[in-house]
Amino acid sequence: MAVRVQREDFDLGAELAALREGRTDIGALVSFSGLVRDDTGDLQALELEHYPGMTEKALAEIESEAHRRWDLNATLIVHRFGPLEPGEQIMMVAAASPHRKAAFEAADFLMDFLKSRAPFWKKETGTDGAKWVDAKEDDEAALKRW
Amino acid sequence: MTLEVVYFAWVRERIGLPRETVETDAATVADLVAELRAREDRYDLAFSDVSVVRVALDQVLSDFDASLKGVREVAFFPPMTGG
Repeated sequence: MAVRVQREDFDLGAELAALREGRTDIGALVSFSGLVRDDTGDLQALELEHYPGMTEKALAEIESEAHRRWDLNATLIVHRFGPLEPGEQIMMVAAASPHRKAAFEAADFLMDFLKSRAPFWKKETGTDGAKWVDAKEDDEAALKRW
Repeated sequence: MTLEVVYFAWVRERIGLPRETVETDAATVADLVAELRAREDRYDLAFSDVSVVRVALDQVLSDFDASLKGVREVAFFPPMTGG
């Protein structure tokens, strides 16, 4: 289990390689990475603010809950903060398990809870100025699946 | 009691500062919010619709009915948008 909150970018391939390094018990490795998407063509920057201290605790708790629910060999959550540009990586999760289903479900679970329970906020700056991104009702509703 | 009160995202921008020390006898989060709103317009504006404000007590998500007994740090922020 590992959680990292960092300003700098990460290498998704290197993170996955490190996660399975020297292990022979992993049968399935699922990863997800979130990118800065420009829907309208005028996004100049995305600023990610977070709550240092609470962020790490919230992510670790979400990760622990995933390990309680599924048979997992390892998990990793990396989330960036600070100014990002369109196309950049924002975050990643990875879940390793002996079996595919647990790895897929755990990665999905980590994402759903991370979106609504980890203290991050996005602010988009475009040609019309800056605006805080609103939380989606769907994101909160998604938690009820679990 | 002395509380460290921290603000994030648009709550921070509306109030105009990231953190402050508050001397209060408020029993609950809701009482503290009422005290802050009575101070100045910028607080009143930030807390005008608490359905879009979340609260954490000592870095754990909580709610407006929660007691402040033993709490050191109160954080106010909008619904989270990570991922």
